[in-house]
Amino acid sequence: MTDDKDIILRVENLSKLFGANKSAARELLKKNIGKDEIFKQTGVTVAVDDISFEVERGKIYVLIGLSGSGKSTVVRCLNMLNHPTSGRIIFEGQDIENYSKKELLSFRRQKISMVFQSFGLMSHRDVLGNVAYGLEVRGIKKEAREKRAMEMISMVGLDGWEKEKIDSLSGGMRQRVGIARALANDPDVLLMDEPFSALDPLVRNDMQFELLSIQKKLNKTIIFITHDINEAFKLGNMISIMKDGQIIQTDTPEEMSSHPVDDYVEKFINSADKTQIFCVKHVMQTPTCLIHSRDGVTFALKQMRDRGVSSAYVVGEQMELVGILTLDNALKVREKVLTLQEAIISELPTTTRETQISDLIPIAAAAQFPIAVVDDQNHLEGIVTKAAVLTSFL
Amino acid sequence: MPEWFTQFPSEISINIKDVIDQAIQYMLVNWNAFFDGLTVILRALLNAIGSVVNNVPWWLLILIVFLLTLKSTHRIIPAVLYSVLLVFVGAMGLWTLMNLTITTVITSVIISLIIGLPIGILISFNKRLDAFVRPILDTMQTMPSFVYLIPAVMLLGLGNVPAVIATTIYAVPPVVRLTSHGIRQVNTEVVEAAKAFGSTHLQTLFKVQIPQALPTIMTGINQTLMMAISMVVTCSMIGATGLGSEVITGINRLESGRGVSAGIAIVIVAIIMDRLTQGLYKKKEDKK
Repeated sequence: MTDDKDIILRVENLSKLFGANKSAARELLKKNIGKDEIFKQTGVTVAVDDISFEVERGKIYVLIGLSGSGKSTVVRCLNMLNHPTSGRIIFEGQDIENYSKKELLSFRRQKISMVFQSFGLMSHRDVLGNVAYGLEVRGIKKEAREKRAMEMISMVGLDGWEKEKIDSLSGGMRQRVGIARALANDPDVLLMDEPFSALDPLVRNDMQFELLSIQKKLNKTIIFITHDINEAFKLGNMISIMKDGQIIQTDTPEEMSSHPVDDYVEKFINSADKTQIFCVKHVMQTPTCLIHSRDGVTFALKQMRDRGVSSAYVVGEQMELVGILTLDNALKVREKVLTLQEAIISELPTTTRETQISDLIPIAAAAQFPIAVVDDQNHLEGIVTKAAVLTSFL
Repeated sequence: MPEWFTQFPSEISINIKDVIDQAIQYMLVNWNAFFDGLTVILRALLNAIGSVVNNVPWWLLILIVFLLTLKSTHRIIPAVLYSVLLVFVGAMGLWTLMNLTITTVITSVIISLIIGLPIGILISFNKRLDAFVRPILDTMQTMPSFVYLIPAVMLLGLGNVPAVIATTIYAVPPVVRLTSHGIRQVNTEVVEAAKAFGSTHLQTLFKVQIPQALPTIMTGINQTLMMAISMVVTCSMIGATGLGSEVITGINRLESGRGVSAGIAIVIVAIIMDRLTQGLYKKKEDKK
């Protein structure tokens, strides 16, 4: 342990090479020869090249990099799914490479667990069976492990789903199962290998938020792998950027965005503002209730009643936006107080697919209705609800 | 043009026939005890299974088939159809012979599974072993089934015991192949997850890999069963009793009716066994 920080896991000069002729490859590596060239000459892939970092207890440490940068290999070394070619991994003062077979098993069973990108769930077991798996291989009695598993299932918000088959769950729910399974062992360290990459942006947002609240509650150390800089900034207390098997900068999010060490890091960070989750197209929905201008008011009322909404967008023949018809106004039309033309509100704020959500916040805050998303010819493409805009920053 | 150019020169000759003959002769003399022991064990197994099969009354067998079909398909038509087909076999006077055939098939399949499943599991983990076993499986599957009759007869004589051996050799490749294939194709992340949670090798195998591979393994078992049924007919040439021997008798005596009716009975047995095992495996799939 160094200084005042409580370091739970320290990685020193870790390298991982894949292939037969490792010693030759290492010689070339010493001579500073590029990885592609090494692969050409020896057939050895240098996945991780001499990296070091330390993880503080109770913090979220994020490893970020593009695919092929070696981040998944690093995280698999931490629980020995991959054996390091060289270097040391110190967990609570002990080099995990020196663990005997038995010690390694108990390390995996009690100290460290993992969440996988494509979930890694067992389709032949139900939710409960999956969550209880880690306890089962540890030899914990059925009753005790199922009780513990049920607690975890309820913590990730899947009460009532415990007897469901994995195939019947959505992606977000599957990863909740994955997280519950990982937490069931009550590990000290949670490894998460791009856990939310396979989920769509809205669900991803929810899961990130939930992960943060779980982490606050349980105070686990999390090592989180991602290729999404927004996710890294949102979750990480400390972030390392990886490129070609090496770490090029390790810093807090604030430090990293204010002092990127080189162009690569800067580019990576700048990509954050323009990325997906901040654009309208990623939070827009198809309108639940649409009325064509040729439809009568009775039909419009029926539509609104069926969908349980209090307003509906009115579009022309070519989906061009005409305006919005509220339930109140529609009733007035039926009582002949207003004509249909008068009843439709046509002065509306609109937005486009590519608009950044940050620009939309003032409009959304003031809006009474969902905001219409239109293309350059004023064709309705979708709607954005106030809630979607305001919660996308959580 | 010299003769060696058009005709294969007789000077180049390798006498493999004598070598094989000598090998079999050698085994006969020196491994006698082994083959005797094997015969005793197999005969005991055959008798045990035979006594079970023969002691099931005809109506009970039909009832079992009816209920199993109903349970696996949830449809009444196939259940009734298979029952009627079985009644038809009995009506043709082939019930006893059918029992004999079923006995040989079940015995062969059991032995095939005892040998095949572990080999399939082993070669799914060991690449070198796999490279060694795979060509043997290829050979076993391309070899005409009659060839297996020769060593079986030479070493074990005539009757049901060598028939079981020949059938086992013929029927074992699919279960080996599909077991190995099934285990290999289990999602790597699922296997990684099992390991990451501290499973031992055996726990990973029995709690994750085999259950995940089960649909594929069941397909292998089904194919092994089908091959065993087809081989049982061939085996009647070395004195295996059952529906197959009835076909052979039909051919020898030019009694077409006799041969064809036994042939029909074999098809009926094959269809029912196939559908029942497939039903079991499909149900597993659905449950997923």
